[in-house]
Amino acid sequence: MKIGIVVFPGSNCDRDCFHVLKTLKQDVRYLWHKNATFPKMDALVLPGGFSYGDYLRTGAIARFSPIMKEVVRFAKGGGKVLGICNGFQVLTETGLLPGVLMRNEGLKFICESVPLEVVNYQTPFTTAYGARSSVQIPIAHMDGNYFADDETLRRLEGEGQVVFRYLNNPNGSARNIAGICSKKGNILGMMPHPERCAEDVLGNQDGRKLFESLIG
Amino acid sequence: MKVNVYVTLKQGVLDPQGKAVGHALDTLGFKNVANVRIGKLIELEIAAKNKTQAKEEVKEMCEKLLANTVIESYQFEIE
Repeated sequence: MKIGIVVFPGSNCDRDCFHVLKTLKQDVRYLWHKNATFPKMDALVLPGGFSYGDYLRTGAIARFSPIMKEVVRFAKGGGKVLGICNGFQVLTETGLLPGVLMRNEGLKFICESVPLEVVNYQTPFTTAYGARSSVQIPIAHMDGNYFADDETLRRLEGEGQVVFRYLNNPNGSARNIAGICSKKGNILGMMPHPERCAEDVLGNQDGRKLFESLIG
Repeated sequence: MKVNVYVTLKQGVLDPQGKAVGHALDTLGFKNVANVRIGKLIELEIAAKNKTQAKEEVKEMCEKLLANTVIESYQFEIE
């Protein structure tokens, strides 16, 4: 599979994602945000980090990077897009996913491994998890407090778009939401970092299954 | 023309930062303070033919970038 990792100034989980996908023997490459086009890809990853120093709002400036027009076109055409942490924030700012990631309720940066429920295991990113699974994946963010209006939240629940839920809500997220997908399921945004737990040496392999699902 | 754009959280959106500052003010002895909310002030200068044109452009800036209208509202004044 050809997978592109979009690199913004301030991205810092791009190499981790690259490493995991390389370990899984995929054809991975970095896509610099200044390029307005990129070669044909099977999937894209928007990695974690602090694009543009989180200036104005997280993801707000990255959204206008030259590459984003093509990313939006790719996503709207059904291409698989995985946004992790800052990548999730960029996806909401872009409008590819609804809602917004606000400052954590406790106003602190949280960096810890947290238990999650895999709510929807039928997305292209979660098939390897199976029904009723709970996983342990690290979070590392200051702005992960998911917010959307009630109507949007109801719609997300109704359409099976809530993919991951915190078992012990760490940041104040509405309905304990840790990750959501688009209506068609081809776009996933999540605050936890699956690339940080894809090998035993990093604690566990719960995150690896997400990439394995994606590769199929 | 000089423009001041004020971006604030919409009513009903929880503002933990405002709450923390409110608690601190209370601790300092300002017992008469309530509902502290924190926002942003963005100053900019714009070259425009007239105020109407400037208004239109600033509104577009707010909608597209300066505010995230899911949670924030904005106001601005043009000097």
